[in-house]
Amino acid sequence: MEFSRRDTLALGLGAAVVTVLPFSVNAAADDVIATFTGGADMGDAGIDLTAPEIAENGNTVPVEVSAPGASAILLVATGNPTPGVAQFNFGPMAGSQSASTRIRLAGTQDVVAIAKLADGSFAKASSTVKVTIGGCGG
Amino acid sequence: MISRRDFLQVSMAASAMVGASGFGNWSRLAAQQSLTQDQLLQFDIYGNVSLIHVTDIHGQLNPIYFREPSVNMGIGAANGQMPHITGADFRKAYGIADGSPSAYALTYDDFSALAQSYGRVGGLDRVSTVINSIRAERPDALLLDGGDTWHGSYTCYKTEGQDMVNVMNALKPDAMTFHWEFTLGSERVNQIVEELPFVALGQNIFDAEWDEPAELFKPYKFYETGGVKVAVIGQAFPYMPIANPGWMFPEYSFGIRDENMQKMVDEVRAKGAECVVVLSHNGFDVDKKMAGVVNGIDVILSGHTHDALPEPVLVGQTVIVASGSNGKFVSRVDLDIRDGKMMGYKHKLIPIFADVIAPDATVTKLIEEQRAPYKADLEEVIGHTDDDSLLYRRGNFNGTWDDLICDALMSEREADIAMSPGVRWGPSILPGQAITREDIFNVTSMSYGEAYRTEMTGEFIHVILEDVADNLFNPDPYYQQGGDMVRVGGLGYRIDVTKPQGDRITEMTLLKTGEKIDPSKTYTVAGWASVNEDTEGPQIWDVVENHIRKLGTISTVPNTSVQVEGI
Repeated sequence: MEFSRRDTLALGLGAAVVTVLPFSVNAAADDVIATFTGGADMGDAGIDLTAPEIAENGNTVPVEVSAPGASAILLVATGNPTPGVAQFNFGPMAGSQSASTRIRLAGTQDVVAIAKLADGSFAKASSTVKVTIGGCGG
Repeated sequence: MISRRDFLQVSMAASAMVGASGFGNWSRLAAQQSLTQDQLLQFDIYGNVSLIHVTDIHGQLNPIYFREPSVNMGIGAANGQMPHITGADFRKAYGIADGSPSAYALTYDDFSALAQSYGRVGGLDRVSTVINSIRAERPDALLLDGGDTWHGSYTCYKTEGQDMVNVMNALKPDAMTFHWEFTLGSERVNQIVEELPFVALGQNIFDAEWDEPAELFKPYKFYETGGVKVAVIGQAFPYMPIANPGWMFPEYSFGIRDENMQKMVDEVRAKGAECVVVLSHNGFDVDKKMAGVVNGIDVILSGHTHDALPEPVLVGQTVIVASGSNGKFVSRVDLDIRDGKMMGYKHKLIPIFADVIAPDATVTKLIEEQRAPYKADLEEVIGHTDDDSLLYRRGNFNGTWDDLICDALMSEREADIAMSPGVRWGPSILPGQAITREDIFNVTSMSYGEAYRTEMTGEFIHVILEDVADNLFNPDPYYQQGGDMVRVGGLGYRIDVTKPQGDRITEMTLLKTGEKIDPSKTYTVAGWASVNEDTEGPQIWDVVENHIRKLGTISTVPNTSVQVEGI
């Protein structure tokens, strides 16, 4: 539980959004992905996405992506009003094809990473990150 | 493969791991209706390594009563699996006779009557006797503390954990991991940890700013024991800043971090570990999932969800041991490690029957010293339970202790609805027993116990119930935080545990009028243990004390306000 007199209202709004929109994919997310892949099919091998299962703070969620040999990796927060988070481009001289950043999540949603691999194919990894108002553990 | 009747030491095929549990030994005592310390401790030494596991003691220095849950649902793949079996089903699964010592220690039925026969459980002076006895056989046995140790009592609150530190140090643990300890605040935790005479472990304790391993807590430690190189990796409670107030320890970040766990397992194996033990505060279902994801762990000593299992659960080649809570049990696990492999194990969950196991006088004296300055306050009698009322906490949706706390909140803080956190710690009070101030602290003590009073819309109350329910009933264990459903007073509801978040809770009803909760209407709500900073209100133990004092005698009534579906 997470509420004090002062924060009840603000929380009420934030939490209501969480409940109304969990796991919903913003149509804009599909557009961002389609623009990146040109509508090509995506495999699931060759890309790693590391994100927490439950965010400690939805305003700054650490996310790490890695795709050996990739020329670019797209990071998408599918449930955010603006789903496109970042596109990392790797030149031929890049020592490794990985990146880490912190992103803000509007609520519980799938974070998706898509890599353009060396052979020109695309690979996708997805992870559900839960944004919760908190509980009371054992 | 596991024999309950005997400590069979079956010869081992190279690929098949063989285990035995000491459970049958004390189960069989049922027929004799007698218990001795020798029987409780009987264990034919096995293999070359011994582990001793204690966890979730929650500040309980002295013997207490502790009733196990009547309702402990498993969701999805966990449905009907250990530890989500209770009562008669639990007894049947392990062949426990009704009314036996095992029935009393591990299940809830007839608790009040059996408690009269078998008495209190726990007490760190008794735990010390058990540890000493194991060390007499195997001097280099490893004592591993799963955490939730420096929290949960009057003296622990007043001394900011020092009472527990002093007494645990006398038991000489080899390593420890953490959860509620962090609610002492990071400054206090750092101060204690810096002076601990043993290692503080947590591969998932990170620096929040840099997302790098925290310096003060080590991911693992190597031990040479029985000629075997054993690595113990720590796993602190993953959801500390979410389930507890993160503002109290803003420098730290946690999470499951199973990819880092795999890295640590690989690292210790590469450094020559012949046996890998994880000292975990994940909770049982999270540990089960992690055992299937991370390769190369031999034993997980599991804590957090307070399950007491008389036999380990196997996931692949990983043995998971659950050792109960509140000082009620000690687990002994003997391992046969040869050629860098675990060839077999023998396990016993030792119930600490306080009237059977002799206290270690040195530790008894040390405990008395911790309590002496507070003796009068601890022992003051505030009220009594009547002859039919048992106060207990464990259960997914309610317990009579929480009913009483919710009543106290509604009455003392003049609220329509009360909310009380679904924690799993806190001993039981038998019918006709005096309730002391210490007893009230045992179920309420914490560093953020302010009892708030606020207004919430019906919609927001629904959001809270849905949010907490998903922390408990999400089918993926990695999204579960442990603990139980938030307890409510003055409010009834129906829950379908199989539905997704947002659809589980229906038919919310204000009990005092029988009206349905209106999403747009505002209700007065009192609660405690908010994770928000600057929460205002009197301490919950004062609220409960005032309420009990006014009532004098406590009578519990069956709570039918939550209707559960889907199981």
